[in-house]
Amino acid sequence: MTDRTPKKLTLPLTEDAVCGLRAGDVVHLSGPMYTARDAAHQRLMELIRANQPLPIELEGQVIYYCGPTPAPPGRPIGAAGPTTSYRMDDFAPELYALGLRGTVGKGNRSANVRQALLRHPGVYFVAVGGAGALLSDCIKSAEVVAYPELGPEAIRRLVVEDFPVIVGYDCTGGTAFVGEKRLGN
Amino acid sequence: MREINVAEITSAVAEMARRANVELPADVVDALRSAREREVSGIAREVLDQLILNAERAVATRLPLCQDTGVAIVFIDLGQDAHLIGGGLQEAVDEGVRQGYQAGYLRKSMVRDPLDRSTNTGDNTPAVIHLRLIPGDRVTVHFAPKGGGSENMSALWMLTPAQGRQGVTDAIAAQIAAAGGMPCPPLVLGIGLGGTFELSALLSKRALLRPLGEPSPDPDVAQLERGILAAVNQTGVGPMGLGGSTTALAVHIERHPCHIASLPLALNVQCHSARHMTAVL
Repeated sequence: MTDRTPKKLTLPLTEDAVCGLRAGDVVHLSGPMYTARDAAHQRLMELIRANQPLPIELEGQVIYYCGPTPAPPGRPIGAAGPTTSYRMDDFAPELYALGLRGTVGKGNRSANVRQALLRHPGVYFVAVGGAGALLSDCIKSAEVVAYPELGPEAIRRLVVEDFPVIVGYDCTGGTAFVGEKRLGN
Repeated sequence: MREINVAEITSAVAEMARRANVELPADVVDALRSAREREVSGIAREVLDQLILNAERAVATRLPLCQDTGVAIVFIDLGQDAHLIGGGLQEAVDEGVRQGYQAGYLRKSMVRDPLDRSTNTGDNTPAVIHLRLIPGDRVTVHFAPKGGGSENMSALWMLTPAQGRQGVTDAIAAQIAAAGGMPCPPLVLGIGLGGTFELSALLSKRALLRPLGEPSPDPDVAQLERGILAAVNQTGVGPMGLGGSTTALAVHIERHPCHIASLPLALNVQCHSARHMTAVL
């Protein structure tokens, strides 16, 4: 059973909040989350392998796979929809193991990522790809916190309000995607 | 011989880059609205509602529709009685891209080297230009920014002639089913059928310029378009891969004669943000 009335969640996420989510739920997120995509993930992994501290706290946090357009005058950020998540699939399990609670992106993910959600537990949210202006309206502030030289790929700390997402994969093995089976424990 | 200064092409490209990334064409908005009416899946309706609202918010805020403001694809139909003056064509188009992406606060998404990805070209150049000589003295410039997510799900097959219509339909439907939510469905599918290896790919992109859902003028090709659209929508992939009857909004095929041994088939996958704009100089 899924619930299509938006469920409101505050970020960062608690384990209880994650465990209450089921694939297909419509959720509105409010609070802080971090953007990171291909290049930022590579840098985070280099730090993890070198046992160096990370530029962001991961515990309970949500990473949004997003490379926004430049902020026009008077707005905190430009268009800010999700990018395709599978390119981050090799990195995500390790980040979930370090305390990351959720990711936001678009499209299907690997079995390894889905297994990581069962173990830790975690959640994968789908934001509507191409809804860049609509999602930008839900972002109240944005601040570059690492790798400014990466431009759109820098890590930004966003504060969002009623940011609409759909649970793609939950921590019980459920999936919202067509053609995929539930994962067993 | 009519003289046209390439500075006019620069201005046209700059304006189209700014506007095409913000204003979703009316034919695409209409297709999203009719899909919303037909769609039976609740989650699919939620996604389509967000996309229709997004098109409205983009115009109201002047924010781009999507943060992926694309590779700048520019189709130019150059009348052979027109004489371009004032500089090189590639430079003029690139200058338009540079100005438009800067002034429009659009994302610069081009890396200089496909393997060493550390350097962004900084201004979203170079544009990819497809030039065609046509009769007359006008210059028609189509601007179509193309996002990476959907481009990545495109494909090309050299089928055997015996595979025929069924082989074509099966290849496209299987590709779209495997792509799932990754290319941002609902999609527009540009298909190049026939020609050669490289021509089929170009035809598949050119097919995306046709007004959405306008059938091929050839009845046989139009029938194939309907058959592929039905097969793709029967996959059930749905908007963003979350299920539903709206996986593609339209299928456009450009057909070309080919070698007796060959059946080239190219699929250019276009997301729902099917942005394009045209200027005639």
